[in-house]
Amino acid sequence: MLARRLYDPIYRHWFRVEWEGLEKIPTTGGALLVANHAGAIPSDAPVIMHGIETELHRPVYGLADDLFRAVPVVGTLWSRVGGVAAHPDNAYRLLRDEQQLALVFPEGTKGTGKLYGERYKLRRFGRGGFVEIAMRAGVPVVPIAVTGSEEAMPMIGKLPGLARLLHLPYAPVTANMLAFGPLGLVLPFPAKFKLRVLDPVSFDVAPDQDRYSKSRIMDEAEAIRQRLQETLFDLLRDRRSPWFG
Amino acid sequence: MGRRVLVTGLASFWGARVAQALEADPSVDVIVGLDTRDPSVPLDRTEFVRADQSYSILTRIVKATQVDTILHTFLVVDSTSASERNLHEQNVIGTMNLLAAAGAAGSSVRHVVVKSSTLVYGSSWQDPTWYRETMPRVAPARSRVERSLVEVESYLSDFAEDNPHVVVTLMRFANVVGTDIVTPITRALQLPLVPYVFGFDPLLQFVEEDDVVRAIEFVTRHRIPGIFNVAGDGRLPWSEVAAMCGKRLAPMPPVATELAAAPLAALGLELPKELLDLLRYGRGVDNRRLKNAGFEYRYTSAGAVRNFIRAVQLQRVVGRRPSYRYEQDVEQFFRHSSAIVREPEETST
Repeated sequence: MLARRLYDPIYRHWFRVEWEGLEKIPTTGGALLVANHAGAIPSDAPVIMHGIETELHRPVYGLADDLFRAVPVVGTLWSRVGGVAAHPDNAYRLLRDEQQLALVFPEGTKGTGKLYGERYKLRRFGRGGFVEIAMRAGVPVVPIAVTGSEEAMPMIGKLPGLARLLHLPYAPVTANMLAFGPLGLVLPFPAKFKLRVLDPVSFDVAPDQDRYSKSRIMDEAEAIRQRLQETLFDLLRDRRSPWFG
Repeated sequence: MGRRVLVTGLASFWGARVAQALEADPSVDVIVGLDTRDPSVPLDRTEFVRADQSYSILTRIVKATQVDTILHTFLVVDSTSASERNLHEQNVIGTMNLLAAAGAAGSSVRHVVVKSSTLVYGSSWQDPTWYRETMPRVAPARSRVERSLVEVESYLSDFAEDNPHVVVTLMRFANVVGTDIVTPITRALQLPLVPYVFGFDPLLQFVEEDDVVRAIEFVTRHRIPGIFNVAGDGRLPWSEVAAMCGKRLAPMPPVATELAAAPLAALGLELPKELLDLLRYGRGVDNRRLKNAGFEYRYTSAGAVRNFIRAVQLQRVVGRRPSYRYEQDVEQFFRHSSAIVREPEETST
């Protein structure tokens, strides 16, 4: 709770988060939220989780790469605010058994590990595992397009040697770090966050099956990815400044 | 109606050769070759598409060409030839996309052949002398390439289970030597001093490159389902292989071998983890299943090595054969221009 109260001013005054289509997120029952992932040390997860929790009064469980848990302090903090290791069974349990909202970033570290020059260009959506989980849990997928996250922590370079040393997927050099020094690790730029919730996607397949058609999964994942990409471009078309929206 | 075949990895050593062999087969109507790079051998009637391994492209190609057979020779088994990232994308993601495309509703695909490697068995001191196709590996996979191939094979067995109407053939090839192929092993054997791990003289099994192509052709033509080891008869000690090549051995320390092997990369010889394991413990696979299916090997392990040596001796005198350059416009002209006078039986496509 403390983390939440501390985060609220950042959400309101630093990022000045604005939502569109929040009513499309179901208020009851499970749903899998899917968003684009960006910023070397991404701010999109806390923004989405905090936003939905304060506006809809529903908890959101963020599913993150397991290696998150191996990082001191960060791992503990993450699980305190609702973070869960991105294991398929964790997702299934949350969505099917507990009928909760879960949040995943199908791009994973490929999304956050891209340079500023490639901002808002979606990476491969993993292996479509998120679609399979939603099918198995019998819940809809709700795509969310996020803008502002790329500018909050623009990555201008990477240190591959350091990444290998620390066993991280990448070691970023961001504009924040150059501007704020070590404080830049935790302090993003005050980019304006605008989020748009897309129409939920339901799959008319029976839940709880052992396996689903791989081609169907890939088709659905690709369709969601394309819709998300177009929405991102659409949001950017209407954006005059990354700082003021 | 003849067969319609899709060859993935047309620019790879195997893709190219398999396509050449299929061109000579009149029962094959259409050959479509896929790769991100240009083909490296001259091809007569294979249609080349430059495309990556993304799902959307693969489904479109499979749907549009209505192929009935897919020969997946795109897998990277030599980890020195690709970065870890590319290796994963190409092997795991590429195969997943390909199989998803082949298994789509209404798909025309009835036969899938995947060229894997005996790397999936690994190489450890606990190994059986001869691995049979049904045996799981003993030691866990440590190297990226082994892990990716294990994952590829599990995708394939899922695919086979989900698509009982498709004939699925999985071929695991032993270390290949021959006239043209270049692998870390053939590179090592051409150094002035051949490295070995001190105190170890592993027994290695080889397969000749022509036998590889013939084996793929064989299972394709007869639509034989199942998993097959492809390897020549017998095994040879590494010291003997080096001696046959007229080379002396240079020891690498048995402890911290990886560290000691690292500087060799600067000399053009990269020895990845899986190969260092092989140079310790060797590997043997049982090749009887493919023989029982009717395949006849032309070369034993020793015969394959001898053939390699003859090629090296020729190369020493005349150098490597000039490489082939693919010219898109010329190839398109010969295949599709109305100015080309076609023999009647060739127009039946």
